[in-house]
Amino acid sequence: MATERDYGELLTLTFSTPMPYEWSIGKYGSLFFHEIRESQRFTGIRCPQCGKVYVPPRRLCAPCFKELDELIILPNLGSIMAFSVVNYPFPDPATGEQRPIPYTYGCIKIEGSDNIFNHVIDETNVEKIAVGMKVAAVFKGKEEMQGNIQDIRHFRILG
Amino acid sequence: MARRVAIVGTGQTDHRSHRPDVNGREMIYEAVKRALDDCQLSIHDIDAIIIGNMDHFESINYVDTWSVEGSGAVMKPIMKVTTGGTTGASVAIAAYYHVASGFFDKVLAIGWEKNSESDTTAAIITCSDPVWDRAFYSGAIPSLATEASAYMKQYGATQEDAARVAVRDRTNALSNPHAHLRKPITIEDVMASPMLAYPIKLLDVCPRTDGAAAVVFAADGVAQKIAPKPAWIRACAARHTYSWFGDVDYNAGLLSLQRASKEAYQRAGIREPADEIDVAELYLPYSYAGLKWIEDLGFCGPGEGPGFIRDGHTDMGGKIPVNPSGGVISTNCIGATALLRVAEAAMQVMGKAGQRQVPDVEVALATGFGGCFWSDVLILGKARP
Repeated sequence: MATERDYGELLTLTFSTPMPYEWSIGKYGSLFFHEIRESQRFTGIRCPQCGKVYVPPRRLCAPCFKELDELIILPNLGSIMAFSVVNYPFPDPATGEQRPIPYTYGCIKIEGSDNIFNHVIDETNVEKIAVGMKVAAVFKGKEEMQGNIQDIRHFRILG
Repeated sequence: MARRVAIVGTGQTDHRSHRPDVNGREMIYEAVKRALDDCQLSIHDIDAIIIGNMDHFESINYVDTWSVEGSGAVMKPIMKVTTGGTTGASVAIAAYYHVASGFFDKVLAIGWEKNSESDTTAAIITCSDPVWDRAFYSGAIPSLATEASAYMKQYGATQEDAARVAVRDRTNALSNPHAHLRKPITIEDVMASPMLAYPIKLLDVCPRTDGAAAVVFAADGVAQKIAPKPAWIRACAARHTYSWFGDVDYNAGLLSLQRASKEAYQRAGIREPADEIDVAELYLPYSYAGLKWIEDLGFCGPGEGPGFIRDGHTDMGGKIPVNPSGGVISTNCIGATALLRVAEAAMQVMGKAGQRQVPDVEVALATGFGGCFWSDVLILGKARP
């Protein structure tokens, strides 16, 4: 990615080489993506101490500092707790390319869970989105899935 | 038992959007030199240094090592502390701990950032979980915007209510020669500015700034000899609630600030914060925080923020002036931002705030806000605790 040299009086140095990383998803996170691919459904996990249900499932409950193992199947439905429509351009550090805008960032409470699942809502008109609205997950086709968060295409506002 | 500790000197750069005339260490030096000059100390008087900035921002690691010619840390104990947006308050608290412990008499705290050297949003995105959050996360603005959307739904606050906060801070910045944005704005200007991420518009949110701050902490007995009117640390508290982005409870308010301020008030013996605190320098990175977070701080009740602002209680001359410096909406060199809150609060207590001085400050509050809804709180006072 060559950029044109700005040879002004004060000079800067540019770094533009991609650096690859590899992140472990872990046992419960991997299971979450397998379950979406096989059955198009969400999996959560319950804390044995406080009873809170987390989605996606994780190994530890932070406030209780307890290990979790009670997996729970959850519906693909939820409600909007908060949202924002992102309008400004920025480079995506995962790709180095500008992320397509506008898109709606949604904080969604999946039915039967106690935390928030963050994803995209398929509606960018602020007039048509409100806190409290019901939404449903829309998945990619099985053959398109790659075991990542984008296997869920987006959430669709119901009704 | 912890020793009493006071702030005896502060220094900051003249903050700008872009400082191509200096590299990081040279910019750090400018703030350090001003802090030492402020209390007439030499770098040789300093026993230890705490420094911090945002991880990954300039893509240069180990600031504690590479900045020594600017920080003055050659052959001195130095530690890097970095906690996201709260970094500046965390270096202050760490410096306080160093002196309070009895191991060091005079400690220098430094915060800095050259936002111009990277894309701030892209750099902040690297703090998000790469598996679950990163694909849709777009930096600080939408995580604040979602909070605002929930608050507006809960209490009926409006975009105009928030704009009033931005106008207050930007008006105050006109009296601060160090501030980055020093152009007056109106509510109409805020409303007409481009929508970045609903409901946050360009003039609702902090800028990206190049700048540094430095603060000198000294022990009881030493402090009084350095500064005739030092700013004593009455209390400090830090609370970090986040583990995953989705664990934020939007309806509960900023829990970390509620808990941190409660602990700090208790330690400082404050029962009615709005009555007993004379001035507050709050880390308000966007206008809606100026409505909601003053409720979490107990200045007013839940949902009362918009009215409290509208009635002028936080204006200069009001019940509890907020951000005489112009705050974060006027200047945001992120690793320095929370330390600037501490420095400005100390200047108010020491009577050294120039044109932005609030008269007769006995008690001042400073806060830090961090990446994942974290909070640091410091209370400074004129009277030795």
